[in-house]
Amino acid sequence: MKAGTPDRPATIIVPQRPPLLGMRARSVLQTVVVYGLLIAGSAVFLLPFMWMVSTSLKQSQDVFTYPPSFFPNSFEWRNYISGWTILPFNTFLMNSLIVTFANVIGNLISCSLVAFGFARLRARGRDILFLALLATLMIPREVTIVPRFLLFSQLGLVNTLWPLILPAWFGYAFFIFLLRQFFMSIPHDLDDAARIDGASTLQILVQVIMPLSGPALATVAIFAFIGNWSNLLDPLIYLRSTELYTLALGLNLFRGQNFTQFNLLMAVSIITLIPVLVVFFLSQKLFVRGVTLTGMGGR
Amino acid sequence: MAVQQQIDQVGAVPLGKPKLGKRARREELEFYLFISLWVIGFLAFDAGPIVASLLISFTNWTALSPPEFVAMANYQRMIGDPLFYTALRNSIYFGVGSVGLGLIVSFLLALLLNQNVFGMSVFRTIFYLPSVVSGIAVAILWIMILHQDFGLINSVLSWFGIQGPGWLVQPAWAMPALILMSLWGAGGSMVIYLAGLQSVPQHLYEAAAIDGAGTWQKFWTVTIPMMSPVIFYNLIVGFIASIQGFVLVLIMTNGGPANATLVYGLYLYRLAFQFFQMGYASALAWVLLMVIMLITATQFYFARYWVYYEGDLRK
Repeated sequence: MKAGTPDRPATIIVPQRPPLLGMRARSVLQTVVVYGLLIAGSAVFLLPFMWMVSTSLKQSQDVFTYPPSFFPNSFEWRNYISGWTILPFNTFLMNSLIVTFANVIGNLISCSLVAFGFARLRARGRDILFLALLATLMIPREVTIVPRFLLFSQLGLVNTLWPLILPAWFGYAFFIFLLRQFFMSIPHDLDDAARIDGASTLQILVQVIMPLSGPALATVAIFAFIGNWSNLLDPLIYLRSTELYTLALGLNLFRGQNFTQFNLLMAVSIITLIPVLVVFFLSQKLFVRGVTLTGMGGR
Repeated sequence: MAVQQQIDQVGAVPLGKPKLGKRARREELEFYLFISLWVIGFLAFDAGPIVASLLISFTNWTALSPPEFVAMANYQRMIGDPLFYTALRNSIYFGVGSVGLGLIVSFLLALLLNQNVFGMSVFRTIFYLPSVVSGIAVAILWIMILHQDFGLINSVLSWFGIQGPGWLVQPAWAMPALILMSLWGAGGSMVIYLAGLQSVPQHLYEAAAIDGAGTWQKFWTVTIPMMSPVIFYNLIVGFIASIQGFVLVLIMTNGGPANATLVYGLYLYRLAFQFFQMGYASALAWVLLMVIMLITATQFYFARYWVYYEGDLRK
């Protein structure tokens, strides 16, 4: 911070004189320091990814060498295929797609309806209910997993995909909150105009509010996609048969069986991360805005 | 009460007229229809389970045989259960470590990114990226990174002549390793801090500069007070989230070595889904709920002393 004035006594007021470094030199120095730190930080944050890719391309005997080499000796692209075919990963992928899309659609529909109610309709008890909704965000998941499991086992739904799908169709407080905030920013005049034209309340939501809420709905879809794609806990609790496994659970099984084949493990891990990375890069702006709008990571 | 009033101000029209017109009654009916899905979900997946877990905590229940009422026995067992204390301590260790260090790392990154540098969005993407990927793939990656002999961290340390520890196999190093891993995801809160920093009014810095404040003074007298609500919010949410995140621990260490990473959620999961002690697990769940409410309340209490809200007139 005070690079140019190392031994100036703190309490004495120095008469105005040019600083040791001119303003311009100082700002150049500052820029250099900032870039240096940013580049060093980026390297640290990216290194694990590069390590992952490098390991996935190594031959088995090169994974465990000491000292470890950063670059693979040869590029074994076959690792991706052999890893993927050791277990029925195509089935796991299918299950993950079913669960994830059912969650995305369920969340979009249920949360839009509920958020519209809270944003636009007046009723006694509304504000108390909204507080209850926000309070559910604070409930630790551990408190509800046992009763939820017992509920689904009473319904005979353990070892089906339903426990992973059904809750999304009954709203999720975080998304409801996000959508409500967005809906409230849409002018009421539009509702009134539509109502004069004879639109029902549901039509106002579907034909007026939702078309104007593209970014917010997309944010919900993205968060729901990423959250469910990597969800491991619920599959771990509810799924028993291998043919129902999601990708995350399949990868866990793979890890248990082939613990030493890090190159194959890394290759399959990378494949499972690709959809998340693609979604993230396509929608980065929305993503960041969603996080900052609600102040939550969306997990 | 105060919260209630605030919400009333946000809402369009004050409520609470004793007699409602026909149209208002219809609107009310529609409101309840629109939110009915959530009400069902709330009862079935939130409120119901919370009440149920309280009731289950007074029973012995293996989920196979019918529950047997045992009054406070599960809570008494907890008092004498050394693993309960271990798990609680480990969770607090992880929570304080990851949230505390995470606050420093993410705030520093946000300050760096806020310097109006060219290519800021590229750097932001890079720092944010690790927090997007999560779950088992990341756990597997970090098992490899933290490997004693073939891992990335120890090989980087060896360049400097340091022999790194067996991160996940030595009890003293396992928890620091998990905390280190959590810092990789600091980009999530960084984005929130960055947005906060960008909304600090510029005129405050200008006023401070006119008063002769240097960079350091501006930081402590403008940036930190203006950011305190954001920091506060992140601390609460982060701490609660860190107490809950046990899936990565389950995969990476399964609570080992020597229970050094047996966090609270993992212990509860183990009791419920490996030993089928639903009653005792529910008692643990309720204690966790109480602990989290206590921590949140404490944080709110102390926040009065250091969180500054603009427009908040202190009397």
